[in-house]
Amino acid sequence: MTSTIEPTRPPRRRDVLDDLESRKLPTSAARIVVGIALAVVVLGVVGGLGPAKSVVLGWLVTFALPLWSRVVEGSRKATDRLVTLLVCSAFGLALIPLASIVWTVVSKGAPILGSQFFTYSMRNVVGEGGGIYHALVGTLLITGAATVISVPIGLFTSIYLVEYGEGKRMASAIRFLVDVMTGIPSIVAGLFAYALFVLFFGEGVRMGIGGSVALSVLMIPVVVRACEEMLKLVPNELREAAFALGVPKWRTISKVVVPTALAGIVTGITLAIARVIGETAPLLIVAGYTDSVNFNLFDGRMATLPVFAYSSIRNPGVPPEFALDRAWGAALVLLLIVMLLNLIARLVSYLFSPKGEK
Amino acid sequence: MSTSTAPDARTKPVQRPGDRVFFGLSYGAALLILLTLAGVAIFLTVEGIPGITASPDEVKSGERFLPYVGPLVFGTLLAAVIAMIIAVPVAIGVALFISHYAPRRLGATFGYIIDLLAAVPSVVYGAWGIAFLAGQMVPIYQWLEDNLGFIPLFAGPASATGRTIFTVAIVLALMILPIVTAICREIFLQTPRLHQEAALALGATRWEMARLAIFPYARSGIVSAAMLGLGRALGETMAVAMVLSASGVVTFNLISPTNPSTIAANIALSFPEASGLSVNALIASGLVLFVITFVVNFAARAIVDRRKEFSGAN
Repeated sequence: MTSTIEPTRPPRRRDVLDDLESRKLPTSAARIVVGIALAVVVLGVVGGLGPAKSVVLGWLVTFALPLWSRVVEGSRKATDRLVTLLVCSAFGLALIPLASIVWTVVSKGAPILGSQFFTYSMRNVVGEGGGIYHALVGTLLITGAATVISVPIGLFTSIYLVEYGEGKRMASAIRFLVDVMTGIPSIVAGLFAYALFVLFFGEGVRMGIGGSVALSVLMIPVVVRACEEMLKLVPNELREAAFALGVPKWRTISKVVVPTALAGIVTGITLAIARVIGETAPLLIVAGYTDSVNFNLFDGRMATLPVFAYSSIRNPGVPPEFALDRAWGAALVLLLIVMLLNLIARLVSYLFSPKGEK
Repeated sequence: MSTSTAPDARTKPVQRPGDRVFFGLSYGAALLILLTLAGVAIFLTVEGIPGITASPDEVKSGERFLPYVGPLVFGTLLAAVIAMIIAVPVAIGVALFISHYAPRRLGATFGYIIDLLAAVPSVVYGAWGIAFLAGQMVPIYQWLEDNLGFIPLFAGPASATGRTIFTVAIVLALMILPIVTAICREIFLQTPRLHQEAALALGATRWEMARLAIFPYARSGIVSAAMLGLGRALGETMAVAMVLSASGVVTFNLISPTNPSTIAANIALSFPEASGLSVNALIASGLVLFVITFVVNFAARAIVDRRKEFSGAN
């Protein structure tokens, strides 16, 4: 502070003091800049710039904050603020398509939803009218059958991994293969089911149950992983208590371990169903598509919601509007089913998970 | 472990019939998974070999197998790699936002919101890609052609429909974003608290803390997350089949109306009408896709497993 002291030390000390006290942006700096940016967006929209350009402009305005910080606070804090801005932008960037998808599907799909849409098939329908009854039936049957196949296999595999396979090479091999199986492309699962059914039924086979087999290939690894995590969470004391009472191992597993983990298992299975119910590619290959209702999994082509939406978009017919409307309606129904399943899964795990114990 | 009966020579625990049946069921289910995976490889090979050896005039494409599948492999890799390049930085940002920047109480909620992206069925992505995204991209492609046309990637002519490989890559990036984000988020949250606190105590800003404490710890996890995302993007079918206007060329031009197709999309588009040896050729191309994704996933898992040995404080 005084001018008599040698020149090197005091500035350094002042630097430190400034860093701690004076050279800081006001705490409301971020709020001020974001406020200005929002104002720019509103002005842009009002001024006829269009929402997309206004948002980009507003986003560019927020870069004033790191610049301001650079002038006042120095480069380290400016970098920190810049990264904070970028990280928040990344999250916003991820939300834009999600909002856009939901908005597009709801706004285009909602008008057609009605009693006719759910109760009519597409048999002999040209142009307007018709519905998704056949596709709804097919989706429920095929996914239901896939669940019936996958749940026992997945649950018993996870029981093997957790209860019997401790430290065995077979168990670690299975675990690894389940991980690899998670990465099988859905279309490859479809080709596998087709190749399998061709062996028994000859070339060109199309069958609902084939779709179920293909979906099972995709679903089993998800079920195994979910159930395994849940079974691992069951405290060992419960097993030991049961053994101490002389309960056989299989009764311990079926009466103590699985019921304790049931909420988590149900959640995992629901999420697995949600994952495969929207699959299109394997069903397109093995289950094919038809305009009529088919209740028999073992006989002939079967329509499903995703394939219905796909084929309506692909081959909309001569006045394309009606088919496209139906495709968006089917997409909306599918989206609602998936969201509903996710919601159920969260609710189950929230309501029935054991509380206060670990 | 000890029984209440008098000690006798028997060392093995009692095996009741129920126990044997239950163990048999569990072991059988585990074996079935082994068999399924082996079955996928075997059935695809058995049905695919006639397609590989088929002469050009027997299949619809009129080409030998390698020249037929080569451009498809190229397109598959191109779309998936661009998708990964777009998705990974955003995913790291989102994961960091959820794990370290967002208010703690909201972090889990934000995580669910991002997970919703994973819940959207691929056919919905495809429909959205055609109806919304492609149209939005047209003026951008035009601008790229006009201003950056000297770069081969943007040589043009710009597509008038926007249904290019770059649009597809954006859709794919959206589809793998939640997976990459979820894995990165978990790893960021696992970073030892002491490392982070130590960095902050030494005066590091939040970004410096992330750079010095979180990223070194999470590096291999991020790499494997990116590769798992790549594996997912390689195999994605419907969005590509619906959005892309493909013509089987090999080009790095991302914005033109002529685009390379991908293996999965080609199968989905050709399979319903295919017959005879064309079906076998398609199955063989599916086998190629299976091998590619298997290798990518295998590598990703190997990185994760290696990481387990070094994780923690050492």
